[in-house]
Amino acid sequence: MSALIAAENLSVRHGEATVLGGVQFAIERGEIVTVVGPNGSGKSTLIRALIGLEAAATGAVTRAPGLVIGYVPQKLHIDAGLPMTVRRFLSLPRRVSDAQAEAALARTGVPGLGPRQLARLSGGQLQRVLVARALLANPDILILDEPTQGLDQPGTAGFYRLIEEVRAEMGVAVLMVSHDLHVVMSASDRVICLNGHVCCQGTPKVVSAAPEYRALFGLGTGGAFALYRHMHDHDHEEDEGHGHDHGAPHVAHPHEPHSHGHHHAAGCTHDHA
Amino acid sequence: MSPTATATITPQDAPTTMLDDFLIRAALAGIGLTLATGPLGSFVVWRRMAYFGDATSHAAILGVALAFGFGLPLYAGTLVVALAMALTVAALSGRGHAMDTVLGVLAHAALAFGLVAASFISGLRVDLTAFLFGDILAVSRTDLAVVWGGSAVVAVLLIWRWQELLTATVNEELAQASGQDPLRARLVLTLALALTVAVAIKIVGALLIAALLIIPAAAARQLARGPESMALAATAIGATSVLGGLQASLNFDTPAGPSIVVVAALIFVLSLGVKRRG
Repeated sequence: MSALIAAENLSVRHGEATVLGGVQFAIERGEIVTVVGPNGSGKSTLIRALIGLEAAATGAVTRAPGLVIGYVPQKLHIDAGLPMTVRRFLSLPRRVSDAQAEAALARTGVPGLGPRQLARLSGGQLQRVLVARALLANPDILILDEPTQGLDQPGTAGFYRLIEEVRAEMGVAVLMVSHDLHVVMSASDRVICLNGHVCCQGTPKVVSAAPEYRALFGLGTGGAFALYRHMHDHDHEEDEGHGHDHGAPHVAHPHEPHSHGHHHAAGCTHDHA
Repeated sequence: MSPTATATITPQDAPTTMLDDFLIRAALAGIGLTLATGPLGSFVVWRRMAYFGDATSHAAILGVALAFGFGLPLYAGTLVVALAMALTVAALSGRGHAMDTVLGVLAHAALAFGLVAASFISGLRVDLTAFLFGDILAVSRTDLAVVWGGSAVVAVLLIWRWQELLTATVNEELAQASGQDPLRARLVLTLALALTVAVAIKIVGALLIAALLIIPAAAARQLARGPESMALAATAIGATSVLGGLQASLNFDTPAGPSIVVVAALIFVLSLGVKRRG
């Protein structure tokens, strides 16, 4: 299966500084891939380069022909001078019918929000409206840049649950940047750990056990994994419908059954540029 | 003032008819201009381009001076210089300069250069104050055609590109991810601004064009729940200001351009009393 978006030896420079170097990346239909990494590690730059907002200094980004991207920006600042209802916002950039708009809002768990002013929504509502707008384009891939910034723990967990449901229903691929390490770990098919280059990548279990990952996040041996396991267990206690395998049509790297053992080989792909 | 009094007018009627005639032309010119300033002014408010409007309109004075100096058509000279300024500002804004400082330098330097340049042009018969403050009562039929033509082009351009402009205004990354080019949106607005400035300079003058862009839109903000209704309300408030300002100018013998802006400002103050709907 060919990738929706692929980066081949991608480097991005901001002036003299190389923000991102030698990145090999591909995401396929139906996959949930999360990019983690410390501040300044180039996460947002990678996303922006994949969308086409940043030019590649070397290498290339290829997008599948006719690829439709549903983008959820990190922040949406609506100027106080701009009156904008949720309904009107959903019709950007393409106009949609009232029925389509309401269906998208209902799908993302915020039905009836149409008449409200965008600037007056809570952080959690705004995130869901942003996803609703992105879904209205019938995207092949949803791209979210730190979508849960400013949400509390239940809000964050609920948001990732929504993303998984949407993926399962629509077969849309999901690429997101996140800081919420532990939640991400349980919600992704594949995790890419970034620090100017790809440090390691693989299934959440593999990455959380990788020495590079642990070094980067300053977690002692077992720390990250303990955290991951803790959150993971927590999720299952709270919500049985968490389901990682909601029948997504094609999952390139199916989530492994959650083993609770500690026997992970650090199978990280090294990619030091 | 009007060369167009017709033969059917009896001598004692003539003054009133002539008065009506230039007042009607003034009103028509002002209302025509608001077709452009309503929606464009809304974008200026949404994108925080107020100073951008100032810089462009101040540069127009330099355009007026150069047009007279080189014997070019007034509107063409104004348009070219306003466009050059608008493009300069647009180019600089993408490069991380401290924009308020850059715009402050450009706006006032252009105005000063224009005034100085005008003083060098020997035999300049035209009083530049007419272009600083406008002279809507002296609008000719040709001016009227230019104003309506220019405003119509701006209005059609904005309506044609409305969805794209609005998306880029809400969030440029979002626009780009949808396959649009936010640079094109900026360019469209820059063009529209230069064109509006060029046709407006005779009516309200370089110093007050930005006021006509911003004040009606700011007043409309209080009344509107969506971007389209705000642009329409801005046009309506602009047209009301034109009519009210002309009436005030007639009643109190005040300068017409500033009177229009004063009425717009009063409407804005009144609008603050209205509970914001959106």
